[in-house]
Parts: sequence; C-alpha cells; structure tokens
Amino acid sequence: MIEKRELTLIVNGRDYSVRVDPRRTLVDAIRDDCGQTGTHIGCEHGVCGACTVLIDGEPVRSCLMFAVQAEGCQIRTVEGLAKGDELHPLQQAFIENHGLQCGFCTPGFLMLATGVLEREPNISDEDLIDVLASNLCRCTGYENIVKAVRAAAAKMTAGR
Amino acid sequence: MKPAPFRYHAPKTIDEAVETLAQVAAEDGRVLAGGQSLVPIMAFRLARPGHLVDINGVAALRRLAVDGDRLSIGACVRHAAFHKPVVDGPLGRLLAAVVRHIAHYPIRTRGTFCGSVAHADPASEWCAVAAALDAEMVAKSATGTRAIAAQDFFRGIMTTALREDELLTEVRLPILPADTRFGFYEFNRRAGDFALAMALVTYRLQDGVISEPRVAVGGVEPQPRRIEQAERALAGRAPGRAAFEAAAAAVGAAVDPLEDATTSASYRRDLAQTVTRRALEQAAA
Repeated sequence: MIEKRELTLIVNGRDYSVRVDPRRTLVDAIRDDCGQTGTHIGCEHGVCGACTVLIDGEPVRSCLMFAVQAEGCQIRTVEGLAKGDELHPLQQAFIENHGLQCGFCTPGFLMLATGVLEREPNISDEDLIDVLASNLCRCTGYENIVKAVRAAAAKMTAGR
Repeated sequence: MKPAPFRYHAPKTIDEAVETLAQVAAEDGRVLAGGQSLVPIMAFRLARPGHLVDINGVAALRRLAVDGDRLSIGACVRHAAFHKPVVDGPLGRLLAAVVRHIAHYPIRTRGTFCGSVAHADPASEWCAVAAALDAEMVAKSATGTRAIAAQDFFRGIMTTALREDELLTEVRLPILPADTRFGFYEFNRRAGDFALAMALVTYRLQDGVISEPRVAVGGVEPQPRRIEQAERALAGRAPGRAAFEAAAAAVGAAVDPLEDATTSASYRRDLAQTVTRRALEQAAA
C-alpha cells in the first residue's frame, strides 16, 4: 500500500488541504479534491490541452503533472479569471467573437491565452497562431479563437 | 487512463537523487524531470515504474552556463529556456531556432533538454542537436561520474548508454565559432507533431568553400547521427545547389529508415534527402 500525501494546493489564491496518492494527476486533484471543475480533462496524455492551467504564470498541461509536484505553486484556473460578475477580457472576447461552440476546450484555451498574453502582450500573429495550435478545438476551426485572443489582447494593452 | 501506483521521492540534492536512484533502480525506479514524455506513457500504462525520483526540487540541476568552450545544460533546464538565445553567437541562435519545433508551448514550459536526451525518442530535436554537435552527456550514479560522447550514447529507439542507476545531470554542447552557419529543417504532418524527418547542418566558410561540415539526421533511423558521407560531399566545395544536392543524395544512400503504419522506408528516405537539402539552403541563406 502506498501512503497518501498530505499537501496544500494554492488554487486561484486559495489554499486547499488535500490528501492524495502520488499518482494523482494535478488535474484530478484540482477537479475532485479542490472541487474546481472548470478545468476539463480531455485526452489525459498531454495532447489536447483542455486541462491547461497556469503554474506560476506559465501554461502547463495539468494532466502531465502530479499533484504532489504542485505544492507551493501558484495554480490559476479558469475560475480565477472573472472578477465577480465582470468577465476577464478574454472571456468577453470569446463570447463576442464566437470563439467557442461546445465549450469543452474553452477553459484550456483561456488559460493558454492568458499565460501567453500576460507574458507577451504584443505577440505577433505568427507566434500567436503557433501558440494557439497547442490546444485542440473541434468546433470553431480556430479562426474565431484567434480573432477573440487578438481582440482581447488589444483591449488588455489599451487598459494598461 | 490513470498512471499505475508508484512511490514518490523528491530529493533536494544531486547526491540524494543518485542515492535514491541506486536504491530503487532494481524496482524500475525512474527519474521524473519535466514528465512530458514519461507521464503520457505512464497514462497509457506502457510504463509502470515502481518509483519516481522527482528531480525538480534539485536546484543545482537548473544550471545553464558557459564553462570555457562548452555550454552546460543542467537536467532541470526546460525547453522554454532556449526561446531566446542563451549564449551569444550561432549556438544560441541555433538552439532558439530548433526549440520552436519541439511540441507546443505548454509542453516546452515543463519538458527539459536533458529529459529529452535521456528519453531518446528517434524524433527528438535535442537528440539530433546532441548528435550533430557531438555533445557530451554527464552521467552520475552513487558510485561515480562519467562523460559519454553522443556517438556512444544513443543506442536505438528510446535506448541510451545510461545505466538504470545513472542520472543524466548535464549535457555539454560545444560553443560554435562565430562564423558558423547553420540550418535546421524538419517535416511533420501537423505543427508540433513528432517529426518524420529532420536535418541539422552546420559549416564554416574558408576561402569561399565549406569547411568543418556537420550533417545530422533525426527521426529517420532508430537514433540520430551524423552522416559522414554527406559531410564528405560538402567539404571543400562552394555552397550551392550542386554541393547540396550531392549531400542530400549521400544522406538518402546512407540511411536505413524506420518504417511504420503511415510512413514507408522509401518515403522517409525521400524526406531525409529533402530536409537535408532545405537545411543546407537555410544555412547558406
């Protein structure tokens, strides 16, 4: 029998005390132990990007990290984007540009785009397309996602 | 699927890491660095390590520094570190050009250079770099440290000279002379996919002709390697179509390509020639 580990995960600034097997992936811990189900699980082997969250500001696949590895890290998920009733500029732009249809991939795209725009607000079109190719969307054909992220980037830069 | 159960170890020093590895090696203990290759194969249950030795907490392994004429890349240096040149001159630019071909951005924020080399996937870009530049791999165990040359390190598909109880602590790349030209070209069906073929070439010009050519091909054979026949086809000739075609043809003749369900050996041989020629054209541009 392998002993469970007691650890504290910091999700969107809030501490969660969890008791998990070492093999517990971060995304399972975020969803099932912290109750933050906005982060979706798609392929569970690092291909689809639905589970993308920010770890200390960087987008990562949370299915490819174990929860025990994230102790002490600042974890940000889609639940942390809106401020109360006010949507994050990226969320608003996804609505306005029809950047989602079924919505399964959306939390991953939002966190991917958040991480990238916070780091590189003036990212070139070529680099943006390269980054957005990281995640899979089977509804939109990507055009509207690119448009949405561009619109949000403009708003976020103007709001600085 | 969920990975099978394993015992988890999080050493804080290199010594502690290799001692732990020595204890658990017999029970299929594995090193966990970025986890971008190991964790997926654990999720598929293709790997069921009894122990994981997580080296992410070993600060000494995050070292990325120039030591004399070498760039030393520690085991925890992530792919993303190379997005901007890490050293002045052609080596830094070469690594920055290559890193953009490695999977996707969120993979590059976690995956590590040394992890990729230790995993030794035939389609690994860093393995091709290591082979092309004759990198030196530093392997440490509880009983000692040894340096392994690239040509002795890669032994086949996901197979290296590393022993089970050895940790790849560092890869050393030679700093390239300032006038070194380089080109890297890879082919895959979609951006970020595993490459079906890639070529990395470097050379210098002396009195208008090619000197010190290096031509390495990855993703084509079980392991990346320099293709001597192609290098001979380039040495002493002026860079241009004739020399490049000759080198590409030499690659095509020299390789024994892998075959899989979607890619025949003859197609891969064709790709190997094309990526070689395009990498050479890039170097000359």
